[in-house]
Amino acid sequence: MSARGPIARIRRYPSAVAGLAIILFLVAVALYTVVAIPYSQATADWRGGEQWRMNPANASPVWTNRLFGGNAPPTLTVSSAEADVESAGFEGGRQMRIPLTFDFTYDDFPSEMTLLLSVLGTDRPAFVEASWQRPDGTDIRLGAYRVAGEDRIAISQDRALEGRLGQVPHVALFAAEAQTGRPEVLPGTYRLTLDAVLFDEAAELQADLVAFGRVHGLAGTDHLRRDLMLALLWGTPVALAFGILAAVGTTVTTLVIAAAGVWFGGLVDATIQRLTEVTMILPILPVLVMVGTLYSTSIWLMLGVVIALGIFSASIKMYRAMLLPLRNAPYIEAARAYGASNMRIVLRYMIPRILPVLIPAFVTLIPTYVFLEASLAVLGLGDPVLPTWGKILNDAQTQGALFNGFYYWVVAPAALLMLTGLGFALFGFALDRIFNPRLRSA
Amino acid sequence: MDRRLREALGFGLFVVRRLLALLITVMVGVYLAIVVANMGGQVDELRLIQIRADVSEAVRGDPGVAPAERAALIDQQVALEVERLRLDQPFVLRSLDYLRRAMLLDLGRAEQMTSDQGSRQVSAIIVERLPATLLLFGTANVLVFVVSVVIALTLSRRYGSAVDRTVVALAPTSAAPGWFYGIFLILVFGFVVPIAPSGGMVTVPPPENPLAYALSVLGHMVLPVLAIFISSIFVSIYSWRTFFLIHSSEDYVEMARAKGLPDRTIERRYILRPTLPPIITSFLLMLIGLWSGAIILEQVFNWPGLGSLLFQAIGFRDTPVIIGGVVIFAYLLALTVFLLDFLYALLDPRVRLGPAGGGR
Repeated sequence: MSARGPIARIRRYPSAVAGLAIILFLVAVALYTVVAIPYSQATADWRGGEQWRMNPANASPVWTNRLFGGNAPPTLTVSSAEADVESAGFEGGRQMRIPLTFDFTYDDFPSEMTLLLSVLGTDRPAFVEASWQRPDGTDIRLGAYRVAGEDRIAISQDRALEGRLGQVPHVALFAAEAQTGRPEVLPGTYRLTLDAVLFDEAAELQADLVAFGRVHGLAGTDHLRRDLMLALLWGTPVALAFGILAAVGTTVTTLVIAAAGVWFGGLVDATIQRLTEVTMILPILPVLVMVGTLYSTSIWLMLGVVIALGIFSASIKMYRAMLLPLRNAPYIEAARAYGASNMRIVLRYMIPRILPVLIPAFVTLIPTYVFLEASLAVLGLGDPVLPTWGKILNDAQTQGALFNGFYYWVVAPAALLMLTGLGFALFGFALDRIFNPRLRSA
Repeated sequence: MDRRLREALGFGLFVVRRLLALLITVMVGVYLAIVVANMGGQVDELRLIQIRADVSEAVRGDPGVAPAERAALIDQQVALEVERLRLDQPFVLRSLDYLRRAMLLDLGRAEQMTSDQGSRQVSAIIVERLPATLLLFGTANVLVFVVSVVIALTLSRRYGSAVDRTVVALAPTSAAPGWFYGIFLILVFGFVVPIAPSGGMVTVPPPENPLAYALSVLGHMVLPVLAIFISSIFVSIYSWRTFFLIHSSEDYVEMARAKGLPDRTIERRYILRPTLPPIITSFLLMLIGLWSGAIILEQVFNWPGLGSLLFQAIGFRDTPVIIGGVVIFAYLLALTVFLLDFLYALLDPRVRLGPAGGGR
């Protein structure tokens, strides 16, 4: 059979081509991710914190607007740098008026509203008064603030304002007058006017009004405002690496051990058989859970335990059954006659004979481990620093994503897991039919 | 007469031998679990801290003890407790003691968790949860097994038909485990089109009437069983179909066909009977696989079984419960393996004679 044989045969199976395409796509995504977002940056960002503060929390992906015909607002930021600032100096200070104007024509309310103020050029606190002008002409006084340095005013969390308006501020400020049941958005141009008094002639006030949206990016955000895209992307190399390494680690060792047992027989074989039975009795997931609880949930430790438990796995019995008839095969006898060493016979003559059966099994084994890693993460035993698909699912579950209707939070990582599983399984099943013609003809 | 007796004796001997071998296997497995759980003395350290905390609390709460004597008294009491629990002995000795207790299912007392009846005994906690797991996974497994074998037999007769090709094409969907489909089932049938309960085992509060109770449990089983069913049915049918196809091309089957025997007879006597041992094997091996997957499926469906118990124990860092759970899982697996051997020997006389007759 020529080297091109298998490839030509693979091309005749559409499912094999589809599976291979999915695998190549995932590998490409993994490579891109590792290059574009370095490991240290990914783990640091995923820990959460300041870098995400301009993101809305629990925002759906942008494409949900398209899909469901909605018109939910993205995050709007209005900066004083683009506003017509009126400013007048006086003795020992400066007076400023900053109108922050923006159009709001969406179907849904913002998820949150925050005012970011910073006073530059002086240590003395400035006095800022904010008022809100709606398209229907009404004017609402939001409050007065003393601002020193940088300050973040969470309008949405202003309990006093909420009491005055009778509703959460980011809803009440945008709601149309006719209020029958569900509040509706009043579309039009809104303006937040800031009247500031600064107590230094060189001082300056910078203001940013952030109306956090209900949609963000291609993947949406979680409860900590983190962009889920980061974890979706980084989950790919993690899942592939874990699945492939675990599959390689277990199949190769198992195969060598099974072959050695069959070839040497006697005590070696008996020991291997008994060890296999012990491992069959050890439940993999509970043991992993125990290790994760008592030691560490590092993905490398988990990988090690998976491989260690997989060395004497039940498949040894299967390989043994396949290898036993080979033991007395004439070509092995010939090898022995010319003086081949035990090692040579096991590695060069016995193992290669059953590789065709093994390769499809190996490929279909990969998704098992990918899902195992996800299972551990869903149980809360995911790697402490790495963003993975399973960890997104775990977050979603603990935050009641389905109950709150954040379906995207569950669907995206699940779809990626399914894609990985399907890719390898399609390819593996097709390989099975290619390498084992007995199944094909049957 | 003596031929039968001899056979029965031989079978009994075989069962006893297998049972002993399995007991030793379980012992080794449990011992390994204990060593893993104790490695680095983590458990001992935790227990020491716990003892010290308990003793200090007891001594501080005693107004009859002068403050100056407290430290000495605490040390003395801790030493006593350490001696009582044999924490001063080397680990090798103690691990043997743990092993004896674990094998006798004396799983000790939980650190934080209690059973619904308020018991701190780990075995009481586990016994309370075990029936739920057995019910759910037993039902699902039997269902998958029976349905897949029956469909596979039918398909193997209609090799290459549209249904057959569809099943083959769908086989890769089994790459995902049950809990994964569970999430989608909950999403669709629990929230989008709420027609089935999405979690738990009975309605709250549980119905008084036993019939209503059973119906409620049945209703709650629908989605988890469906999740297991979807995740394993296609690959199961696929592998059985292939298996039957290979076996139905054996010479003796062709011969039976040539004789003009009806399809039913051929199926039952010429295909099913000789292939029964591998069928049973794979059924029980599937069971083994599912025990391990129980944790997460139960967690996703909030099913109050062993799996979710283990998960709660992780949350509490309740080591005795975790180890107890692992031990119980090991016993369940061993029981499954034993059943496998037993049935195999019942179905295939060669196995019984194998090692004893030395005919290999």
